[in-house]
Amino acid sequence: MGLLGYFKSNRPNSAAIAKERLQILVAHERTDKDKSPDYLVNLQRDLLEVVRRYVNVDQDAITVTMEQDESREVLELNIVLPDESIPRPVRSYSSRSGRK
Amino acid sequence: MARIIVVTSGKGGVGKTTTSAALSMGLALKGHRTAVVDFDIGLRNLDLIMGCERRVVYDFINVIQGESTLNQALIRDKRCENLYVLPASQTRDKDALAPEGVEKVLNELSETFEYIVCDSPAGIERGAHLAMYFADDAIVVTNPEISSVRDSDRMLGILSSKSRRAELGQDPIREYLLLTRYSPQRVKQGEMLSVEDVQEILALHLLGVIPESRAVLSASNSGNPVILDDKSDAGQAYADVIRRYLGEDTPHRFLEEERKGLLSRLFGG
Repeated sequence: MGLLGYFKSNRPNSAAIAKERLQILVAHERTDKDKSPDYLVNLQRDLLEVVRRYVNVDQDAITVTMEQDESREVLELNIVLPDESIPRPVRSYSSRSGRK
Repeated sequence: MARIIVVTSGKGGVGKTTTSAALSMGLALKGHRTAVVDFDIGLRNLDLIMGCERRVVYDFINVIQGESTLNQALIRDKRCENLYVLPASQTRDKDALAPEGVEKVLNELSETFEYIVCDSPAGIERGAHLAMYFADDAIVVTNPEISSVRDSDRMLGILSSKSRRAELGQDPIREYLLLTRYSPQRVKQGEMLSVEDVQEILALHLLGVIPESRAVLSASNSGNPVILDDKSDAGQAYADVIRRYLGEDTPHRFLEEERKGLLSRLFGG
């Protein structure tokens, strides 16, 4: 190290930071790759179908996400219920019978 | 039967076209009949780096669409008789690159060439996908920089799952790491990922390390693949890459900082 380098040497080692960030990121993205991309989409569709039998929710009122850290995996299901969660008529004839 | 080599990266600007030009010229200089194909439809540049931009008459898309024969579109290199360039179209859309058409052209090239080097566009869209789809070998060009390493890792996932070899259950594509724009000095100062760092993350066979070099810009300025500049560090590093690719045991060079004079050492360069 040069004479002036001695005074510059307390600079943080940014390459080490880059390496650490990359290792975490790449490990994370590789595990994501193993999951079939349809998996969450299909799960979301099926869950929505079940929920809609009981509650009238919008198509986009449901989100399913998978999060992962070193120790655990979290499957998060988020359904936004409408303001008045009135049970949706299960079959269309129920409204017809109401008109009688 | 030709060996199809894709030069790919995901990220743009890392040196794919520079590498495609150097690699194809290097293989041709070793006596192998080589064709280099530009897959960057709409943004062709290989012709410029190869110095044949004024000789382009027909292109890859013309051949696919039957508007010219393959022989009419191939440009024979003036420096090396074993080397031919198939330029990309500058005016068409990348959608004109039909998979069946690409396969037909590659099959026809395979009849007369030993190596077909496919210069992939950046990204993971159609052009990049088709450039790697038929490959036997992949050279993943990476800069020692986080976004490039991440994109290379992503590209490796695509190579192992979306290629023809993967879909047909054949032996996987042979993947090689080529680290470009490497600065040993900055690595030493802790400012740049080292070759070991990148290898640890990507876990790839190292084909070579190309140092950051002024020779690369002057080579593209003059339309001469940098491998022809055998006095330059980058040119020599690419020549080593060719030897290693062809199976010669060649030690890696340009990984250490050049020895400096007393004055620059004293003042830390």
